[in-house]
Amino acid sequence: MSTPVTQRILGRHPLGLLFAAPYAVFLAMVFAWPLALAVWMSFHDYFFAAPGVPVDRPFVGLDNYVTVLGDPDVRRSFVNVGIFLLINVPLTVVLSLVLAAGLNAAVRARTFLRVSYYVPYVTASVALVAVWLFLFSSGGLVNEILGPLAPSPSWLVNAKAAMPVIALFVTWKQLGLFILLYLAALQAIPRDLYDAAAVDRATGLRAFWHVTVPGVRPATTLVVILATITGANLFTEPYLLTNGGGPDGASTSPVFVMYQKGIEQGNPDTAAAIGVVLVVAVLLISLVNRKLLERD
Amino acid sequence: MSRTFWTRTALFLGALVFLFPFYYMLVGSFQKTPDTTVRGIFPTGGWTLDNYTDINSRVNLLQSLLNSVIVTSGVLLGTVVFGVLAGYALARLHFRGRGTLFAVMLLVQIIPFQLLIIPIYVMIVRSYGLADSYAGMILPFAINSTAVFVFRQFFIGLPDDLFSAAMLDGASELRIMWSIAIPLVRPAILTACLITFIGPWNEFLWPFLVTKNQDLQPLAVTLANYISNIAGRATNPFGAILAGAVVLAAPAVALFVVFQKHFTATEISSGVKG
Repeated sequence: MSTPVTQRILGRHPLGLLFAAPYAVFLAMVFAWPLALAVWMSFHDYFFAAPGVPVDRPFVGLDNYVTVLGDPDVRRSFVNVGIFLLINVPLTVVLSLVLAAGLNAAVRARTFLRVSYYVPYVTASVALVAVWLFLFSSGGLVNEILGPLAPSPSWLVNAKAAMPVIALFVTWKQLGLFILLYLAALQAIPRDLYDAAAVDRATGLRAFWHVTVPGVRPATTLVVILATITGANLFTEPYLLTNGGGPDGASTSPVFVMYQKGIEQGNPDTAAAIGVVLVVAVLLISLVNRKLLERD
Repeated sequence: MSRTFWTRTALFLGALVFLFPFYYMLVGSFQKTPDTTVRGIFPTGGWTLDNYTDINSRVNLLQSLLNSVIVTSGVLLGTVVFGVLAGYALARLHFRGRGTLFAVMLLVQIIPFQLLIIPIYVMIVRSYGLADSYAGMILPFAINSTAVFVFRQFFIGLPDDLFSAAMLDGASELRIMWSIAIPLVRPAILTACLITFIGPWNEFLWPFLVTKNQDLQPLAVTLANYISNIAGRATNPFGAILAGAVVLAAPAVALFVVFQKHFTATEISSGVKG
């Protein structure tokens, strides 16, 4: 038995500290410390130097941020993500809620349907990109079906179409997860509410609008936030699908620009500043979404 | 026609749309020359295994697969061992700093690692010198926070009586965890392993950044490099790419079809919901 003194310092179960220690160290190493380092780097003139060589990395205030925000490539990438989110988020919310509601009502072949919808989510983007490249190439099946309606230049090399195709790809890939989240939320709506609505002659679409939609509002908040975060993370799809950023940078993403500037061009300080801007943006968007979607 | 009929038809059509790229990938990987016309969706001939031998001769398919297995196993091992311990501590033990740890764990789910890629790269590659190593590829994913959350939720769900009874019998904390709690959360371990598997197996950006040595690259990276650099020179570029894609996709798809029961709404949302 431990004495009250150690209990006061370490808590009622000191063993918990031991159990949690590896995870706490892990979080400190790959999350807390990098976050602090990102902020520090973004305020200093940071460059890669040979290990062990002492170098001077002077404080430069907001210089890196000024460089980043004045850089047309960076601005372009943020606009691109904006376009991405405008297409992806509404499409994701509507499709996943409607499909989840349908799945919830379906009795037969539910397992088959559920698995079909989440298979893209569990599959590597790289593998799925391969088949989309094939489908959307200039002589691919999509253009073959569209015939004279096919866009010129073709989808992935067309500055107007590149980002929408990426948004569509990600919607398809991620939808399964969001359907699962909505399914859980739907199962938590009490049956009584639908019975009460039926008494008021609200069935079908009206019940969906007046009972289901408000009933899953917390899940909607979560879906919007997670979809936004996915958008902020975009890298693999623009990199592979549109061959590294598309025509005239029409499908670059901030993470892609971070990679270019930080690692290819050796400016980790400005790249870190882009990262910090993104982290702040993601946190702000999450907060605003929460406030907007959860008010009564 | 009843509404159920239409709902069901729409759901099936949707499922077909979702599955079609997988079907097209598989069919294309076995075709000698790709037929991209509508008729080519159901080819009647021209079957071949050449695309698989072709991709295998251009990239080291087996070595890449092995690398994917090693990296994924490392992450699974770290998550199961240290994640269960952390989940148990967060759920059932009162210790100093528990609230902080829990808050940080939730924050990790909001601030994704891609946004911190530059400082993590600086640390792991420059400071620790872990470029071109399995350890460097595993480290940022070593303990999956969503899995820790799933473990915590399951341990919290266990009835308190169970623990107080064991306590009265004089069992130690360690013994209670090992012989009572862990056996009861075995299904959660499977679910957590499935969620964790998706990450390292499919990850492209991080292993792409830390490996220059092709003998160490996981399949996702090998295939991506093939797509962006070499594919143009192959005789049937899409055939070889699709064959590689099938090899990369198959293990994940198979795993999730076999264990679909453990990847359901309730099990996942308990892990992802804040």
